[in-house]
Amino acid sequence: MHVPDGFFDAPVSIGAGVVAAAGIGVALRGARAELDDRTAPLAGLTAAFVFAAQMINFPVAAGTSGHLMGGALAAILVGPYTGLLCVSVVLLVQMFFADGGVTAYGINVTLMAVTGVLVAYGVFRLVTKVLPANRPAVTGASFLAAAVSVPASALVFVVLYAIGGTADIPLGTLTTAMLGVHVLIGLGEGLITAVTVGSVAAVRPDLVYGLRGTVRRPLEVRTAQPSGA
Amino acid sequence: MSTKRFFAAFLLVALIVAGFVSFYASGDPDGLSKVAEDRGFAAKEKEHSLSGSPLGDYGVKGVDDERLSGGLAGVIGVGLTLAVGGGLFWLVRRREPADTPS
Repeated sequence: MHVPDGFFDAPVSIGAGVVAAAGIGVALRGARAELDDRTAPLAGLTAAFVFAAQMINFPVAAGTSGHLMGGALAAILVGPYTGLLCVSVVLLVQMFFADGGVTAYGINVTLMAVTGVLVAYGVFRLVTKVLPANRPAVTGASFLAAAVSVPASALVFVVLYAIGGTADIPLGTLTTAMLGVHVLIGLGEGLITAVTVGSVAAVRPDLVYGLRGTVRRPLEVRTAQPSGA
Repeated sequence: MSTKRFFAAFLLVALIVAGFVSFYASGDPDGLSKVAEDRGFAAKEKEHSLSGSPLGDYGVKGVDDERLSGGLAGVIGVGLTLAVGGGLFWLVRRREPADTPS
């Protein structure tokens, strides 16, 4: 869903830039509580994995493809604040690959990092409240959270386009077209997210943020430290 | 699985996906590009200000082999993201006072 330069007028680009900056600011404060010596490297790797996964466009309909956005995946693996930062970092690096406009950075952060994470994490928390706190439930909740987050981002795109899109497109037509294709892309997003979260949860459940409070950290063999260290 | 091994495996998966699997990704326009084409606002897209970047369009300038160029770009992207993200998260992280060497 990378928005290029030229799709939005200056006020919307700047407005979205303010939203993005506020989101990143809040996330920088919140991420401190999520990150420690163990989870900080995991968060860096999660961002790298999202970059990699975003290169994989999968076919969704005749002549159309989609790829992971990653907000759900990152939020569930490393926490919502850190997840928002992960996607924002990926979007920043992608500009050097000429993917996602420079003046559209705020729009892309608003759509994929802020909306993606807020919606995905909200759905994830709601579902895990109802379901028992175990691995299959978390995997299922990951699918649903990710699947819903993509059409949600598409809807926010439509709202922004209605305010300051550079072409005159009937709103109903745009909504139908954007929602239709992004519901399908959402299924792919859900599948990739569920497989990834499920795999990490299978080998290291203690590292999965979304499983926090449900698993105890396994005992680790550590080398002895000299006293006074 | 030890934490180190797990991190190494996670990185390896990312590198394989970006460096190798990406070659087989669909070349069709993504959802937004397709909607923009069909509804007639694709022409509003402006040339990317970094399209001349040595990594523009997920290829390494000067490397002619498509598979190698794309794969290298993917590996560089994974490395860059890990460096920027990992660096940021390491700076932001909560430090346990007991763990801080004096």
